[in-house]
Amino acid sequence: MRKFLKRFYLAIVLFFLYVPIAVLIILSFNAGKSRAKWEGFSLTWYAQLFSDKAIMNALYVTITIAVLAAIFATILGTLAAIGIHAMKKRPQALMMTLTNIPMTMPDIVTGVSLMLLFLFTKVERGYVTMLLAHITFDTPYVILSVMPKLKQMNKHSYEAALDLGATPIYALFHVILPEIMPGVITGAMLAFTLSLDDFTISYFTTSPLVQNLSTLIYSQARKGIKPTMNALSALMFVALLILLLIVNRRSNKAVDKN
Amino acid sequence: MSEEPRMIHLENISKEYNGVTVLSDINLYIRKKEFVTLLGPSGCGKTTTLRIIGGFEYPSTGRVVFDGKDITTLPPYKRRVNTVFQKYALFPHLNVQDNIAFGLKIKKMSRGEISRRVDKMLDLVNLNGYGKRSVESLSGGQQQRIAIARALVNEPEVLLLDEPLGALDLKLRKEMQLELKSMQQRLGITFLYVTHDQEEALTMSDTIVVMNAGHILQIGTPKKIYDEPKSAFVARFIGESNIIRGTMVRDELVHFSDMDFACVDSGFGENVPVDVVIRPEDLMIVGEDIGQLTGVVKSVLFKGVHYEMMIDTGDFTWKVHSTTMQPAGSRVGLSVVPFNIHIMRPTKEDSAK
Repeated sequence: MRKFLKRFYLAIVLFFLYVPIAVLIILSFNAGKSRAKWEGFSLTWYAQLFSDKAIMNALYVTITIAVLAAIFATILGTLAAIGIHAMKKRPQALMMTLTNIPMTMPDIVTGVSLMLLFLFTKVERGYVTMLLAHITFDTPYVILSVMPKLKQMNKHSYEAALDLGATPIYALFHVILPEIMPGVITGAMLAFTLSLDDFTISYFTTSPLVQNLSTLIYSQARKGIKPTMNALSALMFVALLILLLIVNRRSNKAVDKN
Repeated sequence: MSEEPRMIHLENISKEYNGVTVLSDINLYIRKKEFVTLLGPSGCGKTTTLRIIGGFEYPSTGRVVFDGKDITTLPPYKRRVNTVFQKYALFPHLNVQDNIAFGLKIKKMSRGEISRRVDKMLDLVNLNGYGKRSVESLSGGQQQRIAIARALVNEPEVLLLDEPLGALDLKLRKEMQLELKSMQQRLGITFLYVTHDQEEALTMSDTIVVMNAGHILQIGTPKKIYDEPKSAFVARFIGESNIIRGTMVRDELVHFSDMDFACVDSGFGENVPVDVVIRPEDLMIVGEDIGQLTGVVKSVLFKGVHYEMMIDTGDFTWKVHSTTMQPAGSRVGLSVVPFNIHIMRPTKEDSAK
């Protein structure tokens, strides 16, 4: 009986978590516009989605920003992690706290403060400011996923490379990077996912002329949700789910290896 | 050995970390083809000395001279020395072959030449056919050999070894000691070896440098260091010893334990306080009536090759090693030949207790 109750409890928790998403996915295949009545299976909304210029444009913005932000944040974060790792204990602890704070800060605070920064410096908000914002919030996550790999490294690996005639740059590319690569890739994927996922910070750091998917959905939702939005959300859910699964699998593998 | 030219010369090297002195005024030279061991307890500065020669740390004051040239601030990748690190520091993302070839690839050597040299090295360290294996699949001893091969393949003029056998078990360590020594003699490379294991130092070295608390206490051949330690610290650190306070009556006559003993040392002056060192194996157990000293056996320990007995002669308890056992409580005589009595000037910090 106890066992049954435990399972039942878990089942209803998962039910409430996933039913809204399931409903959304089912509705995206509904032939009619209704949100209450099933009018047969159809891919109309998916077809409309891909012919909607505004949405396709937003998709382009979302993906290019996610890719570029992930690339820049990965480079920046990896180099930062190597630098922080080489620091002495106390400055290292200080730097790690400083990189952890932005991650715990509410997105709205990050968003508003970045907006104020751009207003203050009179930088016109748009694609570039949104990209900069994404790089900013992605970087700490890259640092966080690279750091453990650096700590696992034999502390003499770098010295051994220099000892064998490698310049510091050669040692970076041929010894340090290959050894921490799993962490770098996890960091990059995490950055990409976070960037793809973000609404709040994007909303405050872009102009109405440059929209990514989340800000577009938000502005259209105010006029009433079109069924194409269901199709779009369903696709985003699937894409993020796949990415998350890959990231989790990678980190599980890393845990098994140790 | 002594006619070989000096490869490395450390001149007045000092090193401080945040105001703490870890090396003070180190002066040392290493001759070509010599096997030199830096020996001392942990924290004595031996590894720091090695790292200064490797280029991983710069001295606070002083100069490092290599083959006549000042290399004090030269980065490690420009020095003609290679290092075998304590925990091997092999590159886990490369296989055995690529680990060994690492230095050669940097030198832009041709593929054929690289593989020829790598094979030669694998042969030297008895790991033929291991080239394609991942380094993590190897045992500690095998990884150690790869680390040595990776350093030696670059044909360094000097090989620096930082406690390379520390992680191996006793039997393997003894085997590797002999192997390293014969490798060094065959290749004619200068070895600078760091260890805290006095037996290892005695077995392998041409010259031992005993260090403590950032100072060099004594430099000499293993035999000289063992037979004629310059201070109580060296006597205690290298092998076991009985150290007792005494007085040098005149040349070749020393007084301790209320007795005069003939010895072979001279030049200390008359009636000066000295430390007397007698190795446990140099004290002979004889009949009570013919011994120079008499005492009671306090305890007996079986040590394998010999018995270790503590013998109390009233004013001092002597540690004695002998292959024949005297039961605890029995009265015995002790005697020592003049040659085996070693006299030292007492040092301030480490005078006999």
